[in-house]
Order: sequence, then C-alpha cells, then structure tokens
Amino acid sequence: MAFMKRLSGVVQAKANKVLDRVEDPRETLDLSYEKQLEQLQQVRKGVADVATARKRIELQASQLQASANKLQDQAKQALAQNREDLAREALSRRAGIADQLEQLRVQHEQLQAQEEKLVTTTQQLQTRVEAFRSQKETLKASYTAAEAQTKIGEAVSGISESMSDTGMAMQRAQDKIANMQARAGAVDELLASGALTDLTGSSDPLQAELDKNSASTQVELELAQLKGQLAPGGDAPAIAAAPGAAEATDATDAEVVAEAEPAPSSGASLFTLNKDGGA
Amino acid sequence: MIIRILGDGQFEVADANKAKLDELDAAVDRAITAADDVAFAAALSALDAEIRRIGTPIDASTILPSDLILPHEGASLSEISELLGSEES
Repeated sequence: MAFMKRLSGVVQAKANKVLDRVEDPRETLDLSYEKQLEQLQQVRKGVADVATARKRIELQASQLQASANKLQDQAKQALAQNREDLAREALSRRAGIADQLEQLRVQHEQLQAQEEKLVTTTQQLQTRVEAFRSQKETLKASYTAAEAQTKIGEAVSGISESMSDTGMAMQRAQDKIANMQARAGAVDELLASGALTDLTGSSDPLQAELDKNSASTQVELELAQLKGQLAPGGDAPAIAAAPGAAEATDATDAEVVAEAEPAPSSGASLFTLNKDGGA
Repeated sequence: MIIRILGDGQFEVADANKAKLDELDAAVDRAITAADDVAFAAALSALDAEIRRIGTPIDASTILPSDLILPHEGASLSEISELLGSEES
C-alpha cells in the first residue's frame, strides 16, 4: 500500500508538528488538551465563516434572479412593440445572467458540502476532546506503568493526527471560501457597474428604448385619433398645408383654409387636439 | 488495521482484506506517476468505496493513530501531489 503509507507518513509528520512534545509525557497530555480546545474554537469559527459565505451567495443569486425576471419582462414588452432586436438583446443578457447563476449554484453546493463536513468535524472533535479529557487523567495517574507510557504515546499520536486532519479540513474550507469570495467580488462589481441591476433602474438603456418606443406608439395612436377627429371637416394633410396655402388662388383651397380658420397655427391646434384626443 | 479517511474519520479494516486494498492502492499510485487526473479520480474513489464497504467506522471518542491514511473524498491529483511533495521538501 505504497500510496496510503506515503500519505500516512506525510500526515503523521504534520501531526508531530502540531504538538511541541515536551520531556514529560504527562505535560504533553495537558498541552494537547489545550491545543484541542483551541482547535475546537477555530473549527466553530470556520463553520460560521462558511455559513456567512454561503448566505452571501444566496443573496447574490436572488439579485441575479430579479435581474433575469426583469429582462424576461422586457423581452415580452419589446416583442409586443414588434422590436425583435430589443427582445433579442434582453434575452441575450438574460442568458449571461443564467450562466452566472449556474456558476453560483455550483459554488453554493460546494460550500454547503464544506459546511456539512465541518459541522461533522466539529462534532467529532467535541467527542474526542471530552474522551481525551477523561483519559488523560487516568493515564497521568498510572504514568509509572510501562503500559501507560505506551498508551500515552498512542493517545498523543492519535490526537495529533486527528488535529492535523481537522486542520486540513479547515484549510480546505478556507480555500473554498477564498475562491467563492473572488467570484462574489466579480459579481458584485458586475452588479455595481450597472451591467445587471441597472437594467431595472431608470438608467437602463434597454428600458429607455422600450419607453421611447412606447411613447412614439402613443404619438402614432394620438395622431390617428387626431386625423379621425379632423376627417369630417376635410383631409388632415390639407390642415398641415394650410399656412403655406394661405395665398392660394385656387377656390377650393381657399375654402379649406377658411374652414380651418379657428386654428391659428397647426402646431398649437395639434397640441390642443392631442390633449382632447387623450381625454 | 486502522485506516483514516481524511476529513471523515477512522475505519477498522480486517487484515484479510490487504490484497484487495493493495491492488486498489497500486492503481492510485500508477495514476499519480502517470499524472493522469481522470484515472486518479477513478482509482481514489474505488479505494475510498472499498474501505467504506469493508471497514467499520471507529467511534470518535477512540483516540488511536492510524496505520494508513486515505485522502479526503474528491481530492484532486494536484492537491495530493502537493501534499506528497511537502514530504520531500
């Protein structure tokens, strides 16, 4: 078992560094007990750190989700306005967000697994610390016996090995958090730069285009209404031409101008009619 | 013999299983030598599964050093090479 032997050699070498062994094995027992208590504190803090990192990802995911929903609505709105180009733009941004979300989901899973592992590690460590505390007093009391010395050696080796293992588990969790934080920072920047969330705000160019579009549709609609209102009296284009036709010598044109007389200027009448049409 | 799976705990495995474990361990070793990520992952998970299948978990309150140590589940080849490399440096 070349591989497992080698690895065991590495871990045990690390384990020996965990405890600065002292002359009297009884002192080593006390020292390792203190170190275990310290480590227990560290692992508990590690669990809290992983949980914090996980919650941050959850928050970001919900922000991204909101952006994606907004883009979906915008795409629908754009299609209703026959602006396939805008709908396409909204959907392609939405696809970008979906990628981000997928990456966050993978990270979330990894962090959750780390968190569960660390919780288990904490429970095991807690159990070992308690067992060790009672054992060490027994071992110390019977220290003079040769058998007890062997047992102390085993207990200390066993506890250093498990502490070394716990140390590695914490390191792994920290690496995962560091990876996640680098990514989270990038998503935060993306959100802050307006590439994502600003789409839901007033400075969103896509929304501005849609609003503009919607406004010009409204103008067209009102124009049509206006034309409809003017229809019984004459053709709307004739109204528009009215100022220029004032000097017309043609009798028909003169009649039309006379009928349009109440409206002094075409611009002002449009404004008024527009209001009436809207009411 | 006592085998520790890193990040998981210790398992008591009867010595009678040595041949089978030797075979699985050798596959992991070959993958490391060949620097083959895919083979490493497969060999490691086979060894991990076998130890869990034939081994009996040791209670956390038992404090004993291990005879053999297996990496944590899902460890990558680069992680393990780094860990083994730290032994030589």
